[in-house]
Amino acid sequence: MSKKRLIPKLQLKTSSFDPNRMVLVITRQFNEVIEIGDAVSQAKIYQDQGADELIFVNIDRVDKSIDKLAKIIAKVSEEIFMPITVGGGVISENDFRTLLSNGADKITINTAALNAPDLIRRASEKFGAQCVVVSIDYKKEGQTDNYRVYTNNGTVKTEWDPIEWAIKCEELGAGEILLTCIDNDGMKTGLDITNTEKLVSKISIPVITSGGCGLANHFSDGYLLGNAEAVSAGTFFAHRDQNFMQTRSQIKNSGVNIRIYN
Amino acid sequence: MIGIVDYGMGNLLSVFNAFEYLGTEVMICKKPEQILEVDRIVIPGVGAFKDCIGRLKGEGFVENLNQVVLVNKIPTLGICLGMQVMAKKSFEGGIHQGLGWIDADVIKLHPSENYKIPNIGWNEVTCNQNTPLFHGLPAKPDLYLVHSYYMKCNTEKDVVATYEYGHKVTAAILRENIFATQFHPEKSQDNGLRILENFIKWEPECQKKD
Repeated sequence: MSKKRLIPKLQLKTSSFDPNRMVLVITRQFNEVIEIGDAVSQAKIYQDQGADELIFVNIDRVDKSIDKLAKIIAKVSEEIFMPITVGGGVISENDFRTLLSNGADKITINTAALNAPDLIRRASEKFGAQCVVVSIDYKKEGQTDNYRVYTNNGTVKTEWDPIEWAIKCEELGAGEILLTCIDNDGMKTGLDITNTEKLVSKISIPVITSGGCGLANHFSDGYLLGNAEAVSAGTFFAHRDQNFMQTRSQIKNSGVNIRIYN
Repeated sequence: MIGIVDYGMGNLLSVFNAFEYLGTEVMICKKPEQILEVDRIVIPGVGAFKDCIGRLKGEGFVENLNQVVLVNKIPTLGICLGMQVMAKKSFEGGIHQGLGWIDADVIKLHPSENYKIPNIGWNEVTCNQNTPLFHGLPAKPDLYLVHSYYMKCNTEKDVVATYEYGHKVTAAILRENIFATQFHPEKSQDNGLRILENFIKWEPECQKKD
């Protein structure tokens, strides 16, 4: 069995000071966006600390330039020797090709997958299922127990239930699901274990769950109670006072089969 | 000089960058004749078997590859699909003939329990310690894999590394001057870089004789 994966998520947007540059940001419930630094140097820190993979997502609501994103990835791949998932603004097979040829291993699609589900099938046939990661952002419907999938960085509501949509994605050829609970994003109050566990039991492709990690045991819950293959977090790791290696040891000690970096 | 075969598929850049990082001379071979100029060959690959062999044939690489790998016996490294394509045949999306360098079939992972396919992630790989390519590694290094199919070898001694995924899975093979890995050394951090470094220095027994 593969070891459980711990994946820092690096969110990017175009700098408010320099339109030619993309910077690292953190978010809260997809709204509040804080610029915190340089993605390449942060990626190097994560590599030295033994992250299992990295996810880079351009969350800029205006600038969706694939070329700008590809440039950063090319730079990252000169020094980072671990799996890299990239997304944000990917709408075509050509975008897949551009990012893959600049060093990405897997591509995440979100809005485009909902607008044109056939992209999942085409990309999966052309580049292999293993590199098609469908990112699913979802939110609770008011006081009900219903959940809905959102697109465009959590701004546009769809009629899809996240579990139903994930099942559809698997049918179309997705290789992995990146699940993010918008309500929990950046809140540090824990993952949405109920929906994670439900989703994992319904599909046979790996699930990366995210949104809400604030403590080491939130990660452990994701693996042990949610049964997710991987947990991803942005805010948690971006705060410099969080020691990645310490977190990993705590997760390991809670009984999770996770890699210990030496 | 290491030559990376570019037949228009997969993530070449990571493999190229890893060799550059290790300070060795490396070139990307887009044309079949460039293969004749290098003294070590790397066949990377991500994607579907059918496309991979189709492109190797279509772009005219097969003849020169057979020459340098089977006749000149230069050190050769296959990675992931670049390993699988060395088999006699693959059952991925129909039945397809491979390069036939290794007596093996490529078949789907078939764990009985509730395992996920594709298998994506870090696995403890049991490596044959006598293999020079694994020099300096722990006995069971964590290495990164992402695949749904694997190479099932008919000659047991070709297999130099395995891992468990509900059943035993071939993780690396070694036959004369051909070394190939199902895992991605270029994505396996320090353990992976060590293997690539070993490959740069590797002098296969069959080559030493002449």
